Amino acid sequence: MKEKIRIGCGAGFSGDRLEPALILAEYGNLDYLVLECLAERTISLAQKRKKNDPNLGYDPLLERRIKGLLPFLIKNRIRLITNMGAANPKAGAQKIIEIAKSLNIPVKVAVVEGDDVFEKLTGNEFTLESGKLLEEYGDLVSANAYLGIDAIIPALKTDANIIITGRVADPSLFLAPLAYEFGWDINEPNLMGQGTMIGHLMECAGQITGGYFADPVSKPVPNMDTLGHPFVDVEANGNATISKVSGTGGLISSQTAKEQLLYEVIDPHAYLTPDVVADFSKVKIQEIGIDKISISGGLGKQAPDSLKVSVGYNAGYLGEGEISYAGANAKERAFLAGEIIEKRIGKLYDEFRIDYIGLSSLHGMELSKDSSPYEIRVRAVGKTFDKTLANLVGEEVEALYTNGPAGGGGARKNTQELMGVVSILMDRKKINPILTILES
Amino acid sequence: MKIKLANIAHGRAGDKGNTLLLSLIPFKPEDFSKLVNNVTAEKVKIHLKNQLQGEVKRYVLPELNAIQFTCFEALGTGVTTSIGMDTHGKSLSYALLEMEIEVG
Repeated sequence: MKEKIRIGCGAGFSGDRLEPALILAEYGNLDYLVLECLAERTISLAQKRKKNDPNLGYDPLLERRIKGLLPFLIKNRIRLITNMGAANPKAGAQKIIEIAKSLNIPVKVAVVEGDDVFEKLTGNEFTLESGKLLEEYGDLVSANAYLGIDAIIPALKTDANIIITGRVADPSLFLAPLAYEFGWDINEPNLMGQGTMIGHLMECAGQITGGYFADPVSKPVPNMDTLGHPFVDVEANGNATISKVSGTGGLISSQTAKEQLLYEVIDPHAYLTPDVVADFSKVKIQEIGIDKISISGGLGKQAPDSLKVSVGYNAGYLGEGEISYAGANAKERAFLAGEIIEKRIGKLYDEFRIDYIGLSSLHGMELSKDSSPYEIRVRAVGKTFDKTLANLVGEEVEALYTNGPAGGGGARKNTQELMGVVSILMDRKKINPILTILES
Repeated sequence: MKIKLANIAHGRAGDKGNTLLLSLIPFKPEDFSKLVNNVTAEKVKIHLKNQLQGEVKRYVLPELNAIQFTCFEALGTGVTTSIGMDTHGKSLSYALLEMEIEVG
């Protein structure tokens, strides 16, 4: 058994930068590299791509990432764990094999599936968000359960270089190699809680190294342009230190760690994952060097009997139009434009609103009423199930050129399909992880 | 004397479905009690009344020297279907820091 293992996190969302992952793989002395690439809605959008082409439905950047990383992974004997499989882990694995062959690199890929529970839905499940029945959401597109470490550990027991999954809980991507390498008992809740806390701090990559933290006035962070992603050194007892490759930009401090520790946490005393109900309230963070912190004190209670399932549904279309006004009376002309659009089409939509970008688009008039910008951009937006009607929002805004206030410029229009996501709980006994091995 | 939260604290906004999470962390440990005494769940609800439809729950975390506000029904119809500009409510961390509190 190893005394210490090092895990790097090279991506915190599907669109994350590639360069920090390459730096971790090349210079990080890693045992494991994790790429976390699945937000709530990402998998539903991937499901749509899979419907159009059964060979797609994995992360759109998978090819670029694997092409860049694979030589370093093999050379430096780093195992990759990633949820880039999204809606189609097997197709993602086949793509990895194809890339490996083209690079003449032998590789073994473990595919973890079983998160797709769409066929198991009845429609009579209660949604956690509204308490309404699932069937009231209309046209359902996808249903993916959050799998835990019990699904990933069997893949780690093989000699696969790469473990690719669909939906798994983000912290489980980190807890799984810890539990596997150190032989942690998955029924020991405090170890599961500590490992989950480590995973939660790591899972957003740059968000603990100064990304999404930097404020040049109150929270300056050096060299943001070369922001490094983190790695964590974990000992068999769960003690951990987080740091990054020296020479990369960014900052790791107790401040960056606290912001990330509480990020997206509904109850700091009870953070629910498939592996544990983790308690982050007693966590101790200590700065022990430059860009180096030690973290301890993650606790936990026994894992829940049911797993969260994200269900995607068609939520109609969103139509948008924007146009700008500047100079004398910009605010008044923008308000006039908004009033005109509202009167012309506002009543046609399920939801409709006008935003004044540069003035009140983010937080309403209350907090912004005293500001007086030189330029304002009017944004009209309407939601509807009728695509033609959605297009009308942008068309009407564009028509303000010749049918609206003076001096409008830079009109843009956009219509997008909306994919809604709600959650249900499903008995974990109904959900069976499946492991497949592919080789180049 | 009135001070703006932005001068003594920082924080990050996060989202889960239609629930908004806002952390509030003092720059100096000694300011923690000012935050605990002055920034109640009720005050946050009033301060962000244009955004928040539902209840606000406050978690005071003395070991971490931090406060977490869990705001229900906060993101229009939720991140994936909201028609707002900032569907995740990510910029709301700075809206909270606009709050002014009275300190002696």
